[in-house]
Amino acid sequence: MIAFLILLLLICGAYCIVVTRSMIRAIIGIELLIKAVTLLIIAAGNMTGRTATAQSLAITIIIIEVVVAATAAGIALWVFKRTGTLDVRNLRNLKG
Amino acid sequence: MTIINIDNALLIVTAIAAIWTVMGRSLLKATIGLAVTSAAISVIIFRLESPLAAVFELSVCAGLITAVFVSAISLTKPLTHKEILYASKDRMKRYIYLPVILLVLGAALAFVKIWPGLVIAAPAAASQPEARSLLWDFRRLDILGQVIILLAGAFGIVLLFGEKKNK
Repeated sequence: MIAFLILLLLICGAYCIVVTRSMIRAIIGIELLIKAVTLLIIAAGNMTGRTATAQSLAITIIIIEVVVAATAAGIALWVFKRTGTLDVRNLRNLKG
Repeated sequence: MTIINIDNALLIVTAIAAIWTVMGRSLLKATIGLAVTSAAISVIIFRLESPLAAVFELSVCAGLITAVFVSAISLTKPLTHKEILYASKDRMKRYIYLPVILLVLGAALAFVKIWPGLVIAAPAAASQPEARSLLWDFRRLDILGQVIILLAGAFGIVLLFGEKKNK
């Protein structure tokens, strides 16, 4: 069951990133992917009897997740201020 | 054996919330779906004997990240009626494949019978320190890295969210 849940979250997150045109929704897809990885680490820790190590790794992932989400939301807002839209297709016109 | 036990209920709630997060039309509803997914995952993590990580998941992911997304969405401009009509026609074509993929995956997993219970009997663990002592005694460098990342993130958010003052 846990394998199905992890796969479901991975597929939902990857599909969201590939298909969406909204920057906020792309960040939500990244969040779903990170949640799948967190769940995978906790499940692996539970199966091997090393829950303490898995918990410490999961806490590290969660902290990095919140920083990634906040910084990405800030970048999305910055793009919105510059272009007036959250459409990722506008980023194709960037230099570099 | 009952079919609807807490594990199956958690699976169903998480699956519906994750699919709703991806397929929902409104960004605000997608954010709420993400929060519900996080809350359900935190219960699953608690059931997997990791209460400290479950508390972090619930407070940070279901709480703080939702607040960040809602504030980011509130600072953007809503779509016009014409744009909503155009987007709803277009998005149906793009998102229709997700339920099909998930149904095929579920059928494949049911066929190969990979459906063990959520809580798998763990092998007898050797004497292992608690999560708190593991974090503070053995993984101090991780804590330092997390603090640096948090400070860097806060600095980046102040730069990106903050508006320039007109001179």
